[in-house]
Amino acid sequence: MSGDAGMTGHIEPMIGRYVHVEIRGEMHRIYFEENGQGIPLVCLHTAGSDNRQWRHLLADDEFTRDFRVIAFDMPFHGKSNPPESWSGEEYRLTTARYTETIRAFCKALRLERPVVMGCSIGGRIVLNLAIDHAAEFRALIGLEAADFQAPWYDTAWLNRPDVHGGEVCAALVSGLIAPQSPAPARRETLWAYKQGGPGVFKGDLFFYRVDGDLRGRVARINTKVCPLYLLTGEYDFSCMPEDTRRTAASIPGARVTIMEEVGHFPMSENPKQFRRYIAPVLGEIANTSSLSSKQGANV
Amino acid sequence: MSSAPVAIDAAVIEAFSKIPAWLERSEALIARGRFLDCDCLLGPVEQPFHVAIRAGRIVDMTPAPVLMRSWRFSYRATSPAWAQHWQPMPRPGWHDLLALTKRGEAVLEGDLHPFMANLQYFKDVLALPRQYAQAAA
Repeated sequence: MSGDAGMTGHIEPMIGRYVHVEIRGEMHRIYFEENGQGIPLVCLHTAGSDNRQWRHLLADDEFTRDFRVIAFDMPFHGKSNPPESWSGEEYRLTTARYTETIRAFCKALRLERPVVMGCSIGGRIVLNLAIDHAAEFRALIGLEAADFQAPWYDTAWLNRPDVHGGEVCAALVSGLIAPQSPAPARRETLWAYKQGGPGVFKGDLFFYRVDGDLRGRVARINTKVCPLYLLTGEYDFSCMPEDTRRTAASIPGARVTIMEEVGHFPMSENPKQFRRYIAPVLGEIANTSSLSSKQGANV
Repeated sequence: MSSAPVAIDAAVIEAFSKIPAWLERSEALIARGRFLDCDCLLGPVEQPFHVAIRAGRIVDMTPAPVLMRSWRFSYRATSPAWAQHWQPMPRPGWHDLLALTKRGEAVLEGDLHPFMANLQYFKDVLALPRQYAQAAA
């Protein structure tokens, strides 16, 4: 026995487990991590990445007093393997599949009117949840979210045998990180992109670029049914602040925050800076929820 | 024509001409490009350079035009865009090569394979003046 017997290293508070979820008639083994108690807060990662992006929020002592923070890996991402029936065909995420995945995950965990916070493609799908399923959610938070944004590269480069997929995915999105973000957090954010499965980032972007154009639909969002918060980093030139503002302009009651010194990956590229912006949003949701409970409202 | 744009052009060309030497100081960056052999056209839109890269090193850089010199791809930006890109803390939208193309301040042409297959290398090489020019200023 060594001299430090009995001492343990720092163990982070989140716990990771797998839940079996039926999506479109097929069982998926979904990996998720969670910490905290109270209002369920489901967090959605960006295209081509995984739930590690949320590790700082998951470990936040203050937020997890009021919120049960949950972050899962989408199928084909992180530790959520492709389903058993997958035989190698090209992966493509669609609006319908993405929406169903989130709702099925929430149902499998029996979450009661959760808050959903998504980033990038997760931000886009949050808008779709607001359009079609607002009553199922307590509040929706879109980070780097817009109904549409102009493409800035050809996704065919992301998956071809003569270009290293991990390197090109990471190099492309590296420009979306703000120059002020700490170098270790920048490297960690890019590491997930270097580890993604072949064609997965590209397949996610099928939803983002082709299938998930929500222009003309977001005006149907009723923020009285479910509050909508949109937060976008000033250095995000993929989903630019003007994209978010334009989207919000057609949604009465949508709340917009432009985050300074942040890019496309606020929760992972600069967790401290992101915390300054998300804390008041989560505080407001917690207060509203608490007030509604005291008043006996159905929340 | 005022002298300010001319001064920016001259400063950008001066910075570009030093990139090969600055690259030589970065063994890690040369190592990143170790599989890259490429003749490309880089620099300001109106006054680019023919750049010959061998095993990640810039072995020749000659101002264009050069009679009948070929290149595989070109990345050219306006001089103000380079000046903005090389600021110690570049402003949003000026901080990345592809942010510049999206905003119409740069053009990417030709056979893009060597550029995309070595994207982080080119981003880092073309950002060297941010590190060195500012230090020298």
